[in-house]
Amino acid sequence: MKRIESVNDFVVKFANVNGSGSASANELFAKAILRMGVPVSPRNIFPSNIQGLPTWYEVRVSEEGHLGRRGGVDLMVAMNPQTWDADVAEVEPGGYLFYDSTRPLPPEKFRDDLTVIGMPLTAICNATYEDARQRQLFKNILYVGALSMLLGIDPQVIEALFSEQYRGKERLLESNVRALNAGREFARDHLDPVGLQVRRSDRVGNRIFVDGNSAAALGCVYGGATVAAWYPITPSSSLAEAFQKYCGKLRVEPDTGMHRFAIVQAEDEIAAIGMVVGAGWNGARAFTATSGPGVSLMTEFIGLAYFAEIPVTIIDVQRGGPSTGMPTRTQQADLLCCAYASHGDTKHVLLFPEDPHECFEHAAAALDLADRLQTPVFLMTDLDIGMNQRLCQPFAWDDARDYDRGKVMSAEQLEAGRDFGRYKDVDGDGIPWRTLPGTHPTRGSFFTRGTTRDPYARYSERGADYVYNVQRLLRKFETAAALVPQPVLRPSARGTRLGVIYFGSTAPAMDEALAALAQAGIHLDAMRLRAFPFAGGVAEFIAAHEVVFVVEQNRDAQMRTLLVNELDVSPAQLEPVLHYDGTPITARFITQAITEHVHAEASAPRRRTRQMAREPSA
Amino acid sequence: MTYLAKPRLHHPSLATNQVGYTRRDYEGKISTLCAGCGHDSISAAIVQACWELDIEPHRVAKLSGIGCSSKTPDYFLGASHGFNSVHGRMPSVLTGANLANRGLLYLGVSGDGDSASIGLGQFAHALRRGVNMVYIVENNGVYGLTKGQFSATADRGSKSKKGAINRDAPVDLVGLALQLGASYVARSFSGDKAQLVPLIKGAIGHAGAAFLDVISPCVTFNNHAGSTKSYDYVREHNDAVSRIDFISQKREITTDYAPGEVVDVAQHDGTVLRLRKLHEGYDPTDRAAAMNHVHLHQARGEVLTGLLYVDAETGDLHEALNTTATPLNALGRAELCPGAAELARLNDALR
Repeated sequence: MKRIESVNDFVVKFANVNGSGSASANELFAKAILRMGVPVSPRNIFPSNIQGLPTWYEVRVSEEGHLGRRGGVDLMVAMNPQTWDADVAEVEPGGYLFYDSTRPLPPEKFRDDLTVIGMPLTAICNATYEDARQRQLFKNILYVGALSMLLGIDPQVIEALFSEQYRGKERLLESNVRALNAGREFARDHLDPVGLQVRRSDRVGNRIFVDGNSAAALGCVYGGATVAAWYPITPSSSLAEAFQKYCGKLRVEPDTGMHRFAIVQAEDEIAAIGMVVGAGWNGARAFTATSGPGVSLMTEFIGLAYFAEIPVTIIDVQRGGPSTGMPTRTQQADLLCCAYASHGDTKHVLLFPEDPHECFEHAAAALDLADRLQTPVFLMTDLDIGMNQRLCQPFAWDDARDYDRGKVMSAEQLEAGRDFGRYKDVDGDGIPWRTLPGTHPTRGSFFTRGTTRDPYARYSERGADYVYNVQRLLRKFETAAALVPQPVLRPSARGTRLGVIYFGSTAPAMDEALAALAQAGIHLDAMRLRAFPFAGGVAEFIAAHEVVFVVEQNRDAQMRTLLVNELDVSPAQLEPVLHYDGTPITARFITQAITEHVHAEASAPRRRTRQMAREPSA
Repeated sequence: MTYLAKPRLHHPSLATNQVGYTRRDYEGKISTLCAGCGHDSISAAIVQACWELDIEPHRVAKLSGIGCSSKTPDYFLGASHGFNSVHGRMPSVLTGANLANRGLLYLGVSGDGDSASIGLGQFAHALRRGVNMVYIVENNGVYGLTKGQFSATADRGSKSKKGAINRDAPVDLVGLALQLGASYVARSFSGDKAQLVPLIKGAIGHAGAAFLDVISPCVTFNNHAGSTKSYDYVREHNDAVSRIDFISQKREITTDYAPGEVVDVAQHDGTVLRLRKLHEGYDPTDRAAAMNHVHLHQARGEVLTGLLYVDAETGDLHEALNTTATPLNALGRAELCPGAAELARLNDALR
């Protein structure tokens, strides 16, 4: 058996029992590698329950800086007997299996092509600690210690992380360091070396390590959101909680201690969006964070906000649907329900950040866009970006940047006699002027309603008024196409008839897949979409290629549908590549899907294949 | 929802209030509700209360849901911004608007279909949050716009215009408001302007969640024998706990009631609610007693009206959230954005 040998390029997966306290130990492991200058991308794969069920933490270590999931596991830390068989099966041939050897397992429970590393974690803990909780918790630190010795992770790096975590809690610091060293000593004295190694590097650079929900929350702080109304739902809850935390630090009036923000945990998603609509109507920058089922509940209000033209920012951290689907797994399956949320003819602005850095940027941009366009704007993230820490460019802010409050007519403008018609398209961009309640004693007041009105906001059932309104809304949507973040084009190094369109959290796996495909002689021009409505260049990009793969994480090729529906492009040109088992898409999956298609076309060029359903990658 | 614009001509002799407005300045468009609709009387009472309190019309934000009652904000305070939101979900919109600018007066108008059915949840939560507002339910026990179905406040055993008998227990919004923590709870009758106007004035002066349930007969679909929301029924069964006089902080407090029957409740803003007690021993500051009293009279088929409960010491949602005194919608980048230097520190903490 040939063992996997690799330095700074491997995948470790921890299989744990939810509630066993493994999360912080596993994160410690990932962060320690990061502090050694080696890019790391960890992912939580967790069940929808409180405790007792399986949970996994997969750590991709990549000197090259690949941050997507690769697929496959090189070292499995198998701490959950319930999932043993599946966990063992997932390890690549020649890989490693680390397990608690306190209770011997029969030989058939192992694989011949794996290197098995047994450590009697339970026995050591039982001998060392009396308290049952400590026995459990320090088991995790023990295996981190043993792995750090096996993989060559500098113990001082881990101790520094402990010091940061337990600042002011000396007893905890000391006991954790002791457990760490016990694990290291056991590995040194009893375990054989492994072929996976971590060596100090300088590939992390200036980047930060943060989850998308925190980043989006901070973007809302920087973007000037003052009102947040939300209802708890995985995987978006930590976004609202992060907003609360950041506001508590950054938005308190220094002299009075009073808050320059208002956060309400509403009674449901309907109330949450209602509050955002009310606050937006009254001139505050307001947002809500939710997920698919929350969007479903909010749609009536979203339609009202669209038609009544009220700024609203909705952050949809997508998860597996439909209905409760897979509430703790990731997907990009809310595209259509958000793009066309509500009944009647509606279209909404969607933004697709690729990582936490863009979550920050796009959250602030969404607040500007909502005010500028006076309409709902969706920030479409997902569980993969939202709840996993990701290495990304540091957040940036230009102090000269001011908020775009859009067309809000002031008392002075009204006083100067400027004609005010709430729904008049005076500038030709489809965006009318508005006034805020309380602005002027006699001018500028109007009635907001979901029913049709004339350009002066007076109730109307005239067909001509309705048509004027909805046509102006379309004009506004066209205006939006130039204001939203534009797509990022990555031309191939050589001319090609193949293109690929992707967006959001697919980006890191796509980056890696493009490199792998190029190496195999398959060259693609790539376009990363960053918003809907689509920018002008998207249709041209599609037209310029014989085949354009559309890579997305849902069953029904929703982005492809959106492209076909909104652009004058031939559906036959758009080849779906779909991954939707709830795990983040892997570079391996994309590479394989595109390679298979190219090869199939080469052997039977007239027969178009559809990859509507693929088995998920390992 | 058609409307007719009112001519803006004012008679030169119309009296002005202390902020220089005539009563006409508080009116809106001409109502398109049925002639005799109780809702129009409530609109008139709102107009009178705001004029008498010298409220500048444009400093009021009037919000409603969907339904006959929710149309009415178009018919008063024409210089105010109005918002006709979605069915039953006015309270959340009002809450958000209030969070954005605490400096305006928020007037929520709703109906029994709106608040007691689809909007019952939002009604409850806005009250328990203590949103500073005047929440008026124009309660006629029937769906008027859809031509006469029972609403959730219709009494069990009451009869529809088509002769159907209501089998379901009614939702008592006053009882709920008392239980949920509303700090000003009153019930009145659209046909009793002398009682209704001071109750609205008291609610406007109240610095918290003020709720008014106003029985407002629907002349078209619910004003017949067998209805417990008809003019005749309410007139016959109206039992007032008190007569209220609202004394603004600008007026000298004078006593014109017999001693021993009068209770003065001083509010946060310096206004005073003077109550002439009609019920022996009724204490409008005792929530539990008020609930008991309401239930007792309800069981007898009586419509208990007046100021049923007030907590003059209450706070509001902004107080609970410790929100800055400056309206949030008036804060600019300088107050809201922590800046690039702070962001650099945050970046450092994430490495």
